[in-house]
Amino acid sequence: MQWRNDTTRYGLAAVLMHWLVALTVFGLFGLGLWMTGLTYYDQWYRLGPWWHKSIGVSLFLLVLVRLGWRALNPQPVPLPTHVGWERRLSKATHELLYLLLFAIMISGYLISTADGRALEVFGWFALPATLHGIEHQEDIAGTIHLTLAITLMALASLHALAALKHHFLDRDRTLLRMLGR
Amino acid sequence: MRKLLLSAALLGLAGAAPVQAADYVIDTRGAHAYIHFKVQHLGYSWLGGRFNDFGGEFSYDESNPSAASIVVNIDPASIDSNHAERDKHLRGDDFLNVKKYPEAKFVSTSFEQNGDDKATLTGDFTLHGVTKPLTIDVEHIGAGPDPWGGNRRGFHGITEFKLADHGIDYDLGPASQTVYLELSVEGVRR
Repeated sequence: MQWRNDTTRYGLAAVLMHWLVALTVFGLFGLGLWMTGLTYYDQWYRLGPWWHKSIGVSLFLLVLVRLGWRALNPQPVPLPTHVGWERRLSKATHELLYLLLFAIMISGYLISTADGRALEVFGWFALPATLHGIEHQEDIAGTIHLTLAITLMALASLHALAALKHHFLDRDRTLLRMLGR
Repeated sequence: MRKLLLSAALLGLAGAAPVQAADYVIDTRGAHAYIHFKVQHLGYSWLGGRFNDFGGEFSYDESNPSAASIVVNIDPASIDSNHAERDKHLRGDDFLNVKKYPEAKFVSTSFEQNGDDKATLTGDFTLHGVTKPLTIDVEHIGAGPDPWGGNRRGFHGITEFKLADHGIDYDLGPASQTVYLELSVEGVRR
């Protein structure tokens, strides 16, 4: 299997990044919901947010690399069996998925940096605050972060259901292509 | 309030109003007032913060101190512990739940002078939707003309209450069940 895409297949890099992003996004969503319900004396009361933020920033970098890779590679063309509305809907969904991802990651950053504190990433480096000090910034950013995360989960589920529809109902190669076949 | 206004009006009509108690507005505009809180952290140190938005007024007549009264309205969403993530948590439903309970206030019911500058102020304190009696140890700091043509009077008070008494039951540990409040108010006479 080749690294790069061609017009009929996704290369290994695109496939790996797709599934890594998917796994990370669902993982971060679960972690985020779980950690905000922890009690003060829980070991993970501090560890949870630490991982959530560090992984979140890593995801941001990964998505940037993924978009860069996408720009540098040919895109597999839609299968001939995909009808017009499917193509339009899937394109819109993909774009919205990226948009939501960025909005969620940026709003998360704006919670942690709302008072001007930097955001620590794995203790390796710290992202400095930029936009901060807006009245109740942490609450506003927090509401956006959660609402958009739930929206993303709904949209990602639609995306997954569509893939399953192609696989089991239409019996085409849509899902297999994202497995590198 | 209506009752108070009514009785004031009646007194006015009767022309028998005593020496008018001075009405003071707490100088939050000039920030010569603060509400600080502190809670123990794990029993090892203090966690401190303040409420940035509040306002109120008080009456105090030196010839009749026991008639003194005060009302303070506090915006619980203005809690500020100098850490945005913690403030977000404190405003959330684990603690103050400011969406559901957007108002906190203290309304005095009695003022008892004990000696020269000390007094005991009692009132109803509403926080997290729960109203409980609260006693504040008050010190009269001073009063008199200010350099800009006004007249000011200031008090300092300390008190404490248990979070659980106001229905806040998030477990911060055995050492952190009591909140200590420090209130400093300077009133400008109307």
